[in-house]
Amino acid sequence: MKNRIPVVLLACGSFNPITNMHLRLFEVARDHLHQTGMYQVIEGIISPVNDSYGKKDLVASHHRVAMAQLALQTSDWIRVDPWESEQAQWMETVKVLRHHHNQLLKSSAQMEDPDPSKTPSASAALPELKLLCGADVLKTFQTPNLWKDEHIQEIVEKFGLVCVSRRGHDPKGYILDSPILRQFQHNIHLAREPIQNEISATYIRKALGQGQSVKYLLPDTVIAYIRDHGLYSSDGSWTGKGKIS
Amino acid sequence: MTSRNHTQDSSGVRGFHLDHQLQLLPMDTSEKTEVVLLACGSFNPITNMHLRLFELGKDYMNATGKYRVIKGIISPVGDAYKKKGLIPAHHRIIMAELATKNSHWLEVDTWESLQKEWVETVKVLRHHQEKLATDSCDHPQRSLLMDRPGRKRKWDEQKQDSSPKKPQEPKSTGVPRVKLLCGADLLESFNVPNLWKTEDITQIVANYGLICITRAGSDAQKFIYESDVLWRHQSNIHLVDEWITNDISSTKIRRALRRGQSIRYLVPDLVQEYIEKHDLYNSESEDRNVGVILAPLQRNISEAKHSNPTA
Repeated sequence: MKNRIPVVLLACGSFNPITNMHLRLFEVARDHLHQTGMYQVIEGIISPVNDSYGKKDLVASHHRVAMAQLALQTSDWIRVDPWESEQAQWMETVKVLRHHHNQLLKSSAQMEDPDPSKTPSASAALPELKLLCGADVLKTFQTPNLWKDEHIQEIVEKFGLVCVSRRGHDPKGYILDSPILRQFQHNIHLAREPIQNEISATYIRKALGQGQSVKYLLPDTVIAYIRDHGLYSSDGSWTGKGKIS
Repeated sequence: MTSRNHTQDSSGVRGFHLDHQLQLLPMDTSEKTEVVLLACGSFNPITNMHLRLFELGKDYMNATGKYRVIKGIISPVGDAYKKKGLIPAHHRIIMAELATKNSHWLEVDTWESLQKEWVETVKVLRHHQEKLATDSCDHPQRSLLMDRPGRKRKWDEQKQDSSPKKPQEPKSTGVPRVKLLCGADLLESFNVPNLWKTEDITQIVANYGLICITRAGSDAQKFIYESDVLWRHQSNIHLVDEWITNDISSTKIRRALRRGQSIRYLVPDLVQEYIEKHDLYNSESEDRNVGVILAPLQRNISEAKHSNPTA
């Protein structure tokens, strides 16, 4: 019986704040990869972006990491990694992938398992690290100067992409429109989310600013954290270090 | 929409009528109508989308300045509804209770599901409105505001006080009003032949009112325009725009479960765990009531025949 390739899914982003939609990405991607029969997803990692990314309304990373931790308390396979947010400055996604891939190789090398009765699904193959994203991120590859071409190539060639569909996006079209993506399309997995769930963090911030309820769009523990720390309030006074650019 | 509140003097300066200005001022709570949102449905299973309807409905009604939403009631339909794939009511009730465990204002009501026969929605509305009227009579000073535990304690303290003190809770304008909370699908189901009695629809919009959460850009307004009954009572139909497309239908949840796909973050965690533990949804459960006529269709068609035997 063919061994499944172990996979770790890495999602990079602002997570400002984390929402149920972000969490769904992981679930949908895992189901999709399992259904191919070729992969076994062993871990999910959320890597909130560094504060110096400079995105408008970005609250301090320690808050974003804390909220993600709260959201993942009940998950047995997804975790937050603050490494990216703790670096001196913003770094390209490909570097984050490289770092986590190195970590993965290190921990795999350390695991000695001479047990011959090991189950087939937990193979001795090296785990693969794949970038998990929504179709909107795939589209941003087209934005001039946002990504370096050689980085896009490294991402799809050396790592691989799992892209979850989003309403109003045409991921197949984005792939066909880009020579690099076309060349490595076998390494781009398009997962369809049949349940449209357009919970954007932008909307969440807007609703919070207007005093509207966001219950059931993100975990209760995250909502409580936002309230306790006065994040995303309408008077624009960030208790976090966020830059209002 | 005509701007009837604007006047223009000879110099062309626009002024507002005083009553319009008063509307712009925050109203003192004693003038607000207390509202209870009632949602009827299969809740098979309850999802985050159902729960969102309540949050959106509450925010909308409170923001008008005219209403204060004091309670939300989830009323799962009885098994006698005979819908395909409908699992036993006790499971659906438990899931709804698990889902609303962390809510201060939502509750699950079992009256409808405990009736032997299927109950028309207008009767459920009537039952709850009458119940509220009775509660009001028994406790005239009591506000049903359950928003914060702190308020509840205040009422308990008041009870101890023997002297007739001025109530600390804001005065309500009388008995709270029950309104039907729904999505656009329910509104549009008014057109399905024999599903609703016309007089029931009329009573719902005339005596109670509808709060309908719709996807932005949906045809709900057109639907109201095309119906004489709905048009006549449009002031009692509140359309609330939902900007987040939240298509978490129970049908899709059940389908995902049959296919071994994850439903995490689409339903509350406790609901997902309960479903998993009891293996509630599979191909067998989806086959329940296959070939059986839905109760309202059965009843309305036979009543029509009964009153018109030559038809």
